[in-house]
Amino acid sequence: MGERVEIRLAGSGGQGVILAGVILAEAAGVYEGREVAQTQSYGPEARGGASRAEVVISDGEIDYPRAMQPDILLCLSQRACDAYVFDVKPGGMVVVDSGLVQHLPTTRAVALPFTEIARREVGEGMMANIVALAALVTLTGVVSLRSLEAAVAARIPPGHREAARKALEAGAAAAREYLNRREAPRPTA
Amino acid sequence: MPEFTKLIHKYLRHEKKFPHVWCPGCGNGIVLGALIRAIDRTGFSKDEIVLVSGIGCSGRMSVYVDFNTLHTTHGRALTFATGIKLANPRLQVIVVMGDGDATAIGGNHFIHAARRNLNLTALIINNQIYGMTGGQYSPTTPLGALSSTSLYGNLEQPFAIAELAVAAGAAWVGRSTVYHASHLDQLIETAIRKKGFAVVEIISHCHTQYGRKNKMGGPADMLRWQKEVAVRLEKAQTMTPEQLRGKITIGILTDRDLPSYTREYRKIQQAAQAALKGGG
Amino acid sequence: MSDTGRVMLLQGNEAVVEGALAAGCRFFAGYPITPATEISEVMSVRLPAVGGVFIQMEDEIASLGAVIGASLAGAKAMTATSGPGFSLMQENLGFAVIAEVPCVIVNVMRGGPSTGLPTHVSQGDVQQARWGTHGDHPIIVLAPATTRECFDLTVLAFNLSEKFRIPVILLSDEVVAHTREKITLPHPREVEVVERLKPTMPPEWYIPYEDTPRGVPPMASFGDGYRYHVTGLIHDVRGFPTERPDEIVPFLDRLFRKIHQHLHEICRVEEFLTEEADLLVVAYGSVARSAKRAVREARARGVKAGLVRLITLWPFPRRWLEPHLRRVRAVLVPELNRGQISREVSRINQGLTRVEKLNRIDGRLLTPEEILGRLMKM
Repeated sequence: MGERVEIRLAGSGGQGVILAGVILAEAAGVYEGREVAQTQSYGPEARGGASRAEVVISDGEIDYPRAMQPDILLCLSQRACDAYVFDVKPGGMVVVDSGLVQHLPTTRAVALPFTEIARREVGEGMMANIVALAALVTLTGVVSLRSLEAAVAARIPPGHREAARKALEAGAAAAREYLNRREAPRPTA
Repeated sequence: MPEFTKLIHKYLRHEKKFPHVWCPGCGNGIVLGALIRAIDRTGFSKDEIVLVSGIGCSGRMSVYVDFNTLHTTHGRALTFATGIKLANPRLQVIVVMGDGDATAIGGNHFIHAARRNLNLTALIINNQIYGMTGGQYSPTTPLGALSSTSLYGNLEQPFAIAELAVAAGAAWVGRSTVYHASHLDQLIETAIRKKGFAVVEIISHCHTQYGRKNKMGGPADMLRWQKEVAVRLEKAQTMTPEQLRGKITIGILTDRDLPSYTREYRKIQQAAQAALKGGG
Repeated sequence: MSDTGRVMLLQGNEAVVEGALAAGCRFFAGYPITPATEISEVMSVRLPAVGGVFIQMEDEIASLGAVIGASLAGAKAMTATSGPGFSLMQENLGFAVIAEVPCVIVNVMRGGPSTGLPTHVSQGDVQQARWGTHGDHPIIVLAPATTRECFDLTVLAFNLSEKFRIPVILLSDEVVAHTREKITLPHPREVEVVERLKPTMPPEWYIPYEDTPRGVPPMASFGDGYRYHVTGLIHDVRGFPTERPDEIVPFLDRLFRKIHQHLHEICRVEEFLTEEADLLVVAYGSVARSAKRAVREARARGVKAGLVRLITLWPFPRRWLEPHLRRVRAVLVPELNRGQISREVSRINQGLTRVEKLNRIDGRLLTPEEILGRLMKM
């Protein structure tokens, strides 16, 4: 079995958490040819409520399709952060939206204002998921930024592609700026 | 050979499955006769006809006729017919049901089939009772009537099947009785020729179960009752509600041109195939 | 545009549609229900583009009725549902069995009974899939565990259904249905597609329910010129109702024989690290994935565990399990119900070994950790 990396993306319904999981999985599976499994949990409501997507990337067969102990956790709400932060593998990475997660349970977390960046630099708060994905990929290297761009272009409707491109750029730039400020912890797996 | 004997030889599985299960004097035989006369007049070949039936005395009709025949589950005949028609729209699909079959257990399928407007012909033989199971009250049993499950009198308002079909959106709705046999021939023929969902409500009798319990006499008495209560639609339109109480109007209740489901679906197929080619 | 040969990220439910289309499915009737709805949604887009027909019926009873009708008219036909809808289909499922009408029914299992846990996984319909419709009857039930298998087993479901003239149930579950995985869709010429045998004799010689060495008579479509009778009543070889014991018994015997004399074509299991295993896990569907992980971890800790993953649930692959039961120290059957397959394993075990069960009924998938924990104690 090859190296297995587990990523959990969590937030509230309507934030595009599951779409972000699908895009990340497509970047790894379709554009990098790796084995990938993406799962989610959801409730009956279409908006609001807790929302969670998981992506498992591996070079070998993926048996259990869900995260057992995530290497990487992205939180787009305080509730998600509180629920999942302590599940992360020792040495794993926690990334949060600093505008939505006020209380950080660990100093190890990378806090960047994804929603604010999306509003300010893309003009669409809805693009926070893409901003966060670009930052996550830049911070961890789970897939290349180019694969992520290709996956985003394939999933986002044509009318929103320009905004998505801006979101990818802004997210990657924010992450690079963070890395320049401080060597970010990398997942061990 | 008399004309009708020829029809019997042409359309019935006479060497295989007779005698039939129906009681002597039952209206189902008259409906069977009307059906094969009507089909013969339409000119469809036996291979083109699919006769689908439900469960109950009427459901046995499919055994006796030399078409593609399908004896389905109780109340579900129209759902099977829907699949047949969609999979092969060239087939002429005729569905025979009873009143309990079509409007109790199959009531939901009936109204949805009416609204969907596939080119199907639905014959509903309404004898106001569950005959085969021993005479329990059905959705068309009159108020106060006696049955083996309403020995104190039926408490439920009956459905008017033809009016229900009109309200549910059927393209064509007619009603006749087994007494008015030649009128019935014409109605069934017109219903089969109609492009769209066509319903024929056929008022019949079950002297064995309904007639006996409600002291209506034998088959001849019940046929006489049909003659007495039936009023042609043209005449009914000149009568007052007071005069129409207890009467049954017969004739073509509605005839409207509605988009055919299979034709509209073909357009969707063409659009989807064009999009597939256009998209490379 | 054909997606064939392309690498894609698909949900299990989407892969079911791809498998169905590859197998030649041209008719789908369904009713919306979580967690199976994606199958209807994708079918409604894809079928008309290949000249097929999609229809949303008024309920699941009607859906299976329409599917049977379409199959009798010659189309390969399918429906998809979940527990509550599967309950409604039991009536017409029995019709398809007795009238020998090929069709495929997908049941994406969710928590029950009744409305239960609509968005959560379960394996609570395993015995219903076997015995849900009334009367003694044979049935074929397949349980996929991955997206790829959703494709492959849907093709197999159609092939078995056409070959043996029997409804085949694809018993998926919410985790398998909604997990997205990378899949490389095979090229059409790599997919074996089986068609029902049709009569070749003149219509007057056609005996629609005649016994044959395989036990499966050729099937004419309505409109082919072979006018015959199809009924849910017990029927004679010509298809007409009968109450004669000398006709009833051979007919019912043939229904079972056509399946039981072809078990080797129908029963499938996947064996993983079973050589010299002294602890055996028997699992299926999504739980088999947790079990596989647990077996790997147990091996890493020096415990000789192995896995038999049931792909065919019914007919129960008894002959494939028995050799293991004779050899292993104990068997663990983890499942998302109170023990529907462990009951069957115990039934065939007859004292050969010890059978333990591990059950989860809260709508959550058993984790590798839970299975491993139990294995380490055995």
